Amino acid sequence: MPAKNSFDAIVIGGGHNGLVNGAYLAKSGLRTLIIERRHIVGGAAITEELIPGFHFTTFSYALSLLRPDIIHELELTKHGFMPIQMPSAFAPMENGDYLLMGTDRNENLKEIARHSKHDADAMDQYEYDMAQVCQALKPLVDSAPPNLFGDDPADAMQLADLAKRMKSLPSRVLQNCIRLLTGSSADFLDDYFDSDIIKGWLSSSSIIGSKVGPRSQGSGLVLLFHNLGEHDGHFGSWAFHKGGNGGFTQVLARAAQAFGAEIVVDTPVSHVITDNGRATGVALEDGTELKAKVVVSSLDPRRTFTQLVDPADLPIELNESIRRFRFQGTSAKVNFALDGVPRYPALGDRTDQFRGFTNIGPSMDYLERAYDDAKYGWYSKRPYIDGCLQSLVDPDMAPPGKHVMSCFIQYAPYELKDSDWDTERQAFGDTVQATLESFFPGFGDLVLHREVVTPLDIERVVGLSEGNIFAGEFLAPQMYFFRPAPGWNQYRTPIDGYYQCGSGTHPGGCVSGGPGKLASQQIIGDLARKG
Amino acid sequence: MVLTTPFHERLAPLNQTQLWSHWSGYLSAVKYQMSDKFEYFAVRNSAGLIDTSPLYKYRIGGRDAAKFLGGVLARDIAACRDGQAQYTLWCDERGYVVEDGVVIKFAADDFILTSAEPNLAYFRNLIGYDQVEITDISADYGSLAVQGPRSREILASLDPQIATLGFFHHGPAKIGNVPVHVSRTGYTGDLGYEIWVGSEGAIEMWDTLNEECAGRGVLPVGQSALLMTRIEAGLILIGVDFHSSRFAFNDHESSTPLELGFAWMFRDLATSTRRFIGRAAIEREVADKTSRWKMVGVMVDWRDWDRHFGEAGLIPPKDETPVVYEMMLYDDEGNRVGYTTSFMYSPMLQRHIAMARVQPDLAKPGSHVNLEITINHRYHTVAAVVARPPLFNPPRKTA
Repeated sequence: MPAKNSFDAIVIGGGHNGLVNGAYLAKSGLRTLIIERRHIVGGAAITEELIPGFHFTTFSYALSLLRPDIIHELELTKHGFMPIQMPSAFAPMENGDYLLMGTDRNENLKEIARHSKHDADAMDQYEYDMAQVCQALKPLVDSAPPNLFGDDPADAMQLADLAKRMKSLPSRVLQNCIRLLTGSSADFLDDYFDSDIIKGWLSSSSIIGSKVGPRSQGSGLVLLFHNLGEHDGHFGSWAFHKGGNGGFTQVLARAAQAFGAEIVVDTPVSHVITDNGRATGVALEDGTELKAKVVVSSLDPRRTFTQLVDPADLPIELNESIRRFRFQGTSAKVNFALDGVPRYPALGDRTDQFRGFTNIGPSMDYLERAYDDAKYGWYSKRPYIDGCLQSLVDPDMAPPGKHVMSCFIQYAPYELKDSDWDTERQAFGDTVQATLESFFPGFGDLVLHREVVTPLDIERVVGLSEGNIFAGEFLAPQMYFFRPAPGWNQYRTPIDGYYQCGSGTHPGGCVSGGPGKLASQQIIGDLARKG
Repeated sequence: MVLTTPFHERLAPLNQTQLWSHWSGYLSAVKYQMSDKFEYFAVRNSAGLIDTSPLYKYRIGGRDAAKFLGGVLARDIAACRDGQAQYTLWCDERGYVVEDGVVIKFAADDFILTSAEPNLAYFRNLIGYDQVEITDISADYGSLAVQGPRSREILASLDPQIATLGFFHHGPAKIGNVPVHVSRTGYTGDLGYEIWVGSEGAIEMWDTLNEECAGRGVLPVGQSALLMTRIEAGLILIGVDFHSSRFAFNDHESSTPLELGFAWMFRDLATSTRRFIGRAAIEREVADKTSRWKMVGVMVDWRDWDRHFGEAGLIPPKDETPVVYEMMLYDDEGNRVGYTTSFMYSPMLQRHIAMARVQPDLAKPGSHVNLEITINHRYHTVAAVVARPPLFNPPRKTA
């Protein structure tokens, strides 16, 4: 329970975007309260010690998309921000071979050439082309999008700027942008590469969190989005935060508190209180009413518009847009406590290949077949797995000699045909474990503990509708001008003083903090204009 | 013929890169992993093992050892008790720094001094009528730095006494069956220790230590990562941040202790009569405020850095590899007001940082300076602020 009952701003939800938003609002001088339903802040970015000494990143598991300006503006390094390098990427193959990439360019070229000499310099070209696209689009990620449907002259000016920016791009870069934003990752990657393992490895980023296969139109956008992440000056580069993403959100919480924000946990919100079309505060589930000039929802669009407020207070068109907004979560996690490091037969006793992501997605065919199962309402018989032995990167994640392995799994559709996730949870976990066993013989003998997190669990525990990890699919009609709804892509809502700052707003999901920051700028700007 | 250190037999197979540098005539790994940044993070998050054996080590003994060192070292050795160690400097009579090092005091007649460069003749020539014996014991001992937040728990599990060592204290210990000497010193600015071991016991000691480190994220760490950590720690390096006045062709090549940021070593001069080489000159420099520079930390404005490269159509580089040539610093009017001596992107601080010298009037933390860089073959200046070193200074270092 907060110490006072009146604030300048109340942020509903203590996930990473709620924390970022609250920190910026507090930094601007607003008396800010961040309210979290659960016993810990972090939302889907938490680390839990499920068994003594073993720390699980239950949901999200690495950092890349975090906007670098947030690190500086919120002074996160003062509060323990520590993005540890993940120096390798490992992709086992079904024939027992592998692709092992590291930080040394020449070693990487040699490794790629082992699979395809053609693909070695193709990789240079691909990375260059992708970096150019990312560089072109980065300013769009880091600013609020214009409202295509409003009559504010500022929007018209921003649109004109956007057109000018696009026109100034080299034609090849612009065409690559459009190909990625609208096409399939398979089409894009086929232009560069021959090798199945290279294409499987790269196209894995094009399906993460999304109900698409690499050959679906739209997977290019997901591929692009993941490459827009940057870490220490490198696009598409990932890091593991000390203590997992829960360690990161604890840093955010400390930063928010240092700026004066108050954080309360174990405090479920019932609804936003409105008066004559204006938000005036928040009602808690225990009946307590808290007053605030500004109320910000960091929850997903469905909860923001249909559960925290009365849809009757909203325009019908917005209600309709939100109803049509696709969630359809298809991702799951299976996290393991292990008695040792798994072995890959072709690498003997080596274990350094596990210091980054281990990508079980050896070809586009493998990924597409995994998707086929999901299309018809079932989880993949041979799933895509993005694994990470996080304790090899941060030894504090597990006791000495023991390990935790986070496995992100696709596909696991929220809606199962003729069954449900409570029934299928362990069978699904067995499927994942059997897949790992097929690549790492003896894996099962190492398992000390297994945590299966289905899309239903993501929805129940974190509150993300249908377990969609991005708070809404990354589909072109749900991005930028349209995220989460036409005309409502600038963090405001039709209710005066009620804002949205979750991953369902631009730029979208992943632990980017972008929505939280951009929303705070809108709120602070609106308050300044109102005087 | 390049020599190898007492640990080489174990370290050589660990060097996956086969990149070696020559350090005082010994093979020294540049990096063991393909990623030196990963070694850097081992130091900041677990522990790194750094073979520092090539350091010169001198045993200074005899009845007058303490008196002798009091006269040749600039920092007051009388303040160093038995069981303590001291970071120290030695100066010439004009108050310029000859070199720096760490002196370890066992007793009033028994010290070990370490230095990066050979100094045996220099010190021996200063003995005069004192009863002092200086022996070069460099090849007799291996030294291994264990640096990082886990260093204490690892070493304490081998010998609990090590856990009780305070910052810049030292004492005897045993690693397995091997008698060693451990000092709580290092060059990383982190919690850390250095183990001194007789060359003949080095391999056995390594094996015992290595076994204890298993599963804890400990890595052997090469020169490259060590030099990253020392810049964050604000620890100067001879030949980079300063040069020995012994071999200076002009005064521009020399630095005074005050210019290097060591005014704190001389606070006692007002009340103490201790005599040491360079005292008069240093006193004059303090009184007349004639320091030309002051060593400071510099933190580059991240937004301005990104802006300059962004406007040039480039992805702003964030490279942790130290830049050890001078980069100029200017005031807003374009006057040259200083220069960096070591520059890098700090992954821990997420900023470009530097060790630099500025005019004394700009040494106050928060002073604004502009760093000169080249972008697209043209000079640009990027905003930066002066900060007090060490720029990375975790409480665990001294706790």
